[in-house]
Amino acid sequence: MRLLDEPIDFTPQPGNAGPVWSGRAADGAELQRFAIAAHRAGGRLAALWGADERQRGGGFGLHCVFGLDAGHAWVRLELPAKNPAYLDLAGIFPAANRMQRAARDLVGIHFEGGPGGGDARPWLRHGAWPADWFPLRHDAGPADDFPNPPSDYAFVQVGGEGAHEVPVGPIHAGTIEPGHFRFSVIGERVLRLEQRFGYAHKGIEKLFIGSSIADGARLAGRISGDSTCAYAWAYAAAVETACGTNPPPRALMLRALMLERERVANHLGDLGALGNDAGLAFGLSQFMRLKEDWLRLHGTLFGHRFMMDRIVPGGTALDLDAPALRAIIDQCDVIGREVKALRKIYDEHAGLQDRFQTTGAMDADLAREWSMTGLAARATGMILDARVHRQGYTPPPPYAALGVRPATDVRGDVAARVEVRFDEVFESLRLLREIAVGLPDSEVCVDIVPVADAHGLGVVEGWRGEVLVGVALDGAGRLARVHPHDPSWQAWQALEHAVMKDIVPDFPLINKSFNLAYSGHDL
Amino acid sequence: MIPMLRRILRTGIVTEKRPEPAKLADSTEPAEVARLHEDILHILGRALTIRQVDAGSCNGCELEIHALNNPYTNLEGCGIKFVASPRHADMLLVTGPVTKNMENALKVAYDCTPDPKLVVAVGDCGCNGGIFGKSYASCGAVENVIPVDARVPGCPPTPVALLRGILAAVRR
Ligand code: SF4
Repeated sequence: MRLLDEPIDFTPQPGNAGPVWSGRAADGAELQRFAIAAHRAGGRLAALWGADERQRGGGFGLHCVFGLDAGHAWVRLELPAKNPAYLDLAGIFPAANRMQRAARDLVGIHFEGGPGGGDARPWLRHGAWPADWFPLRHDAGPADDFPNPPSDYAFVQVGGEGAHEVPVGPIHAGTIEPGHFRFSVIGERVLRLEQRFGYAHKGIEKLFIGSSIADGARLAGRISGDSTCAYAWAYAAAVETACGTNPPPRALMLRALMLERERVANHLGDLGALGNDAGLAFGLSQFMRLKEDWLRLHGTLFGHRFMMDRIVPGGTALDLDAPALRAIIDQCDVIGREVKALRKIYDEHAGLQDRFQTTGAMDADLAREWSMTGLAARATGMILDARVHRQGYTPPPPYAALGVRPATDVRGDVAARVEVRFDEVFESLRLLREIAVGLPDSEVCVDIVPVADAHGLGVVEGWRGEVLVGVALDGAGRLARVHPHDPSWQAWQALEHAVMKDIVPDFPLINKSFNLAYSGHDL
Repeated sequence: MIPMLRRILRTGIVTEKRPEPAKLADSTEPAEVARLHEDILHILGRALTIRQVDAGSCNGCELEIHALNNPYTNLEGCGIKFVASPRHADMLLVTGPVTKNMENALKVAYDCTPDPKLVVAVGDCGCNGGIFGKSYASCGAVENVIPVDARVPGCPPTPVALLRGILAAVRR
């Protein structure tokens, strides 16, 4: 079938992991034309990665996933084994810039032309391995004895009288992940923010290559610790699609139960931290208390405070009995009451609202320009949530039957991101109750039989936004390539723009209100 | 203001005390938290300042380190404070694996921490590289990069395990 009237032939992905169509572009120009059509149709660049596919007799693969109204279009472009290069896509989707640079660092495929074509700066590669050595190539060889000198990075210089630079990181003042922020300021006003990431790059994608499906699942659950359920599910969905397996209905509901509990846990923590960053320590201690109660119930019912390794390919690793479901419903009632009371305090606290409102503001145009998804995009008024029905789009089970109501706000500032979190907590609590009373009877896990040379894409609406995992199996049914994609890739770039005109002292609050991933991005 | 005060009163002090009967999940936790508090105060006799360094973790360990400051564990209540600079720290609490891209920054942070200093490696990844191990991008365990005094395994370690590890380090 055709999408957007472009000449690429697409086939719908089998199974019930969500609407995905995959196809091949004949050449770089055809891919570029499709990207332009996707952009014109209001679509976004959901992910971009490279793969060494020479072992299958071909060259390299460039994989682009476009988010369209009806679902995801996964387009593969074959690149020659010698001099693998393609036309730059950053002129169409600016979010492509960093993804293309990462693909160059890791796989050694190059982009040419266009405005981003001149960006020769590495992204994930600092100084630890040479520019002509590519870790994700099968013939890369051992990497033991590369020297690791401190590396420079060509930040964009901002001139003008009175302008100066404030470098922050990679080690931050609080207990947060490592990354570097370079502010160009006049006085305390931010003229420009430029990020440099890759500090948490620990070679996750390379570890996937050649692993068994089961080992890959453990790894997927450790890409970003706060989103372990989202990644485990997206990975499992991709593997199940590749192998033609449908997990049992009870397992799908249990997955949704875990994903919604993960969402609530993170939102509770963020709501507390946001209060604290705006000067209300009361908010932190109250919300951290609620979050701890929440995590302890995970410990009791799931045997792990973050539910790691509980979502597995084929289903779930555990089942919940009636008393467990009762405990979940009871806790939803208690937490719901407490959050309602705290929300009233937040709403009526003039000092807090003063810090929240108009701070770190962005609009839907900016969110769209950077292909953003997730709660920060919804806080600009976009109704974009993989769990939610929209014109022409039906969410994958079990969400299709759950009828999720999206939370949105149009202000696009810190206040809006706080409100969306509050609304999503209540919606998740409602979903949790619904799931707990409506769990269908079935087994919770089926065996997966690996299928040689198969591929699949999993899409899950994590608490930050859309988590994607693309999986390709090799001839022996082991993992040939796994690419996990975090919504932070897009949102970090939008954040650079959301802080302009704000003041440096507000940055921690603005940054927290997005709370983007470093490890999930750096891999 | 009034609703806030009312809520504070209603919540009361939730920091876990020794004799309190088993609460939720881990029946030993509340008692253990109280005892660890006392031990730490006793051994230290003063405040301990900790600088946390994420040298490349998946962020799971950080979530449990955050939990140390929740009102149940109430680390600050026994004089242990997280500080913003290694120059103000007695102890580095380091999560791993140490990525190659953080190797140099971690060494700098270690050098900036005044002597005598303690280093606690956190999580399976901090202790031995964990699931990520050693690779082109990862140095593996924290001790491959800086000297380590105590190790807290777990993926991630629970807040109580972290408290125990901090205590083990100050005991040395
Ligand atoms: S020990 Fe576990 S939770 Fe901690 S960084 Fe490693 S994988 Fe993440």
